[in-house]
Amino acid sequence: MTDWLGPQEWQAVALSLKVAFWATLLSLPLAIFVSHALARWEFSGKQIANGLVHLPLILPPVVTGYLLLLIFGVTGPGGRLLDAFGVTIAFQWTGAALAAAIMGFPLMVRAIRLSIEAVDRRLEEAAATLGASQLRIFATITLPLALPGILTGAILGFAKAMGEFGATITFVSNIPGQTQTLPSAIYSFLQVPSGEIQAMRLVIVSIVVAMAALILSEVFARRVAKRMEGA
Amino acid sequence: MTPPALSVRLQQAMEDFTLDVNFDASAGLTVLFGASGSGKTSVIDAVAGLSRAASGRIVVADQVLMDSTRNLHLPPYKRQLGYIFQDARLFPHMSVARNLDYARWITRSPRNQPSFDRVVEMLGIAPLLSRRPARLSGGEKQRVAIGRALLARPKLILADEPLAALDDARKGEILPYFERLRDESDVPILYVTHAAAEVARLATTVVALEAGRVIRQGTAAQVLGDPSFMPGGVRDIGAVIETRVAAHHPDGLTELAAGGLPLLLPHVDRAIGDKLRLRIAAQDVILSKTRPEGMSALNILPGTIADIKAGSGPGAVISLDTAAGRVLARVTKRSVQAMDLHPGGAVFAVVKSVAVAPGDVGGASR
Repeated sequence: MTDWLGPQEWQAVALSLKVAFWATLLSLPLAIFVSHALARWEFSGKQIANGLVHLPLILPPVVTGYLLLLIFGVTGPGGRLLDAFGVTIAFQWTGAALAAAIMGFPLMVRAIRLSIEAVDRRLEEAAATLGASQLRIFATITLPLALPGILTGAILGFAKAMGEFGATITFVSNIPGQTQTLPSAIYSFLQVPSGEIQAMRLVIVSIVVAMAALILSEVFARRVAKRMEGA
Repeated sequence: MTPPALSVRLQQAMEDFTLDVNFDASAGLTVLFGASGSGKTSVIDAVAGLSRAASGRIVVADQVLMDSTRNLHLPPYKRQLGYIFQDARLFPHMSVARNLDYARWITRSPRNQPSFDRVVEMLGIAPLLSRRPARLSGGEKQRVAIGRALLARPKLILADEPLAALDDARKGEILPYFERLRDESDVPILYVTHAAAEVARLATTVVALEAGRVIRQGTAAQVLGDPSFMPGGVRDIGAVIETRVAAHHPDGLTELAAGGLPLLLPHVDRAIGDKLRLRIAAQDVILSKTRPEGMSALNILPGTIADIKAGSGPGAVISLDTAAGRVLARVTKRSVQAMDLHPGGAVFAVVKSVAVAPGDVGGASR
């Protein structure tokens, strides 16, 4: 496997997997929380919150990347704040993870929100009459019943994180071994005359990873559905 | 005097009327009886805390669940109720056993295996424990839902039309469990229905609602014996009489004694001496001025006309006082004239034994 991919390609694949893994893992709880708020709560400014969540989906990725650079760059307010804690994310893989998380967030929220909205509120009421507080209703009824949608959201977020290009390259550039993710590497290889073979290999890796993620989520969703039917 | 098991005062503006309800209920089973849209479900949901009434006060045993003057609205999960919904509402991702155990598990209460086993045994759901709700029939679901509510160790059981989604056979399967709850447990039950048959069979007390107001309150016989109140329409009215099983005859008929009068029914599976409530639908009663002879109907009750209530259509409802109790009969206005029926007049009420529906036969409350 390592022979088949050259060191630079392998680095890019490994980095993308790492970036996508952390981006998905860290944004998932927040996405579930935001989805639940949008699906179930009434609060003022809900439309604005909804718009903000979806903004990265509408904006050109380069704009999102540039905004991230303004905020989290070394001289930006967010960057300086993080710097006080000894953390720099601009031009680091952590920055790539942040960019990927933000770009994937609306996709996650859309899938999870739909699945939470599909949970029968009457079941939540029934749980309340049996002594369950809001938090416990969420943990024992809403969350398990929304699981297939949460999984779909996570897969979508992961796939988006694997493929994020515009915001990432704008925010953290394209430094091999540090911030060169799989799409950035493909882009770089395509810029040099002899790079097409390498680019093609990475394209195949992308397809394999994407298919694997989809099949995995399908298998899992089916298993959840079967469990509900009482197998 | 012991305080009422349940005391409800509610005022709430609804879409097309104002809910203004005020009643106390003693132990046993209290039926909120009324047509759909009369405010029954609003009352029960306010008691459960699932909806918030504008003003009022709700007290169960000695615990105040809601008091608008003190701005007290306990959230549903602190009310210690057992709510049996029309649509069961079992949790689809949990087995029957975990559904039953949910209240104990979620409140982190200690396990009480004997009470769990007792409820499972009473409802006959032991073979279902490992199944998922999707694999249960409607009647099985409702039995599990009853068990789940009971195992929450409620101070009050709420039931919102728990039989409405079931067919007649399943209704007959579930009704006895409510009778047992009423007779064997000390927990008061607030039961919502629009079906007179269920009122007749189950109610210790009836609270009749119309357009958000309590218009009658009393025993099943009192409320159902009053022809001026018919939430289910004129076809649904019928009096309730208290009987006792007198004998089982070899030809398959059961003889009941009602105030000294014999009544014959197709075999009723009760021991001799058991009390039995019977509902006789007004439209199954024929009136005759002389004792009928040469007639296939077996049950003939002599009585005196207490009241004639003419409806807006061609029909009239006659209230009869018989030795068995109040009986209602539905006849046409033309018959009233032709037979010269008037209050105080003596008539015979003819009830075909087969006219008594199985769903309308039930055990009496203690």
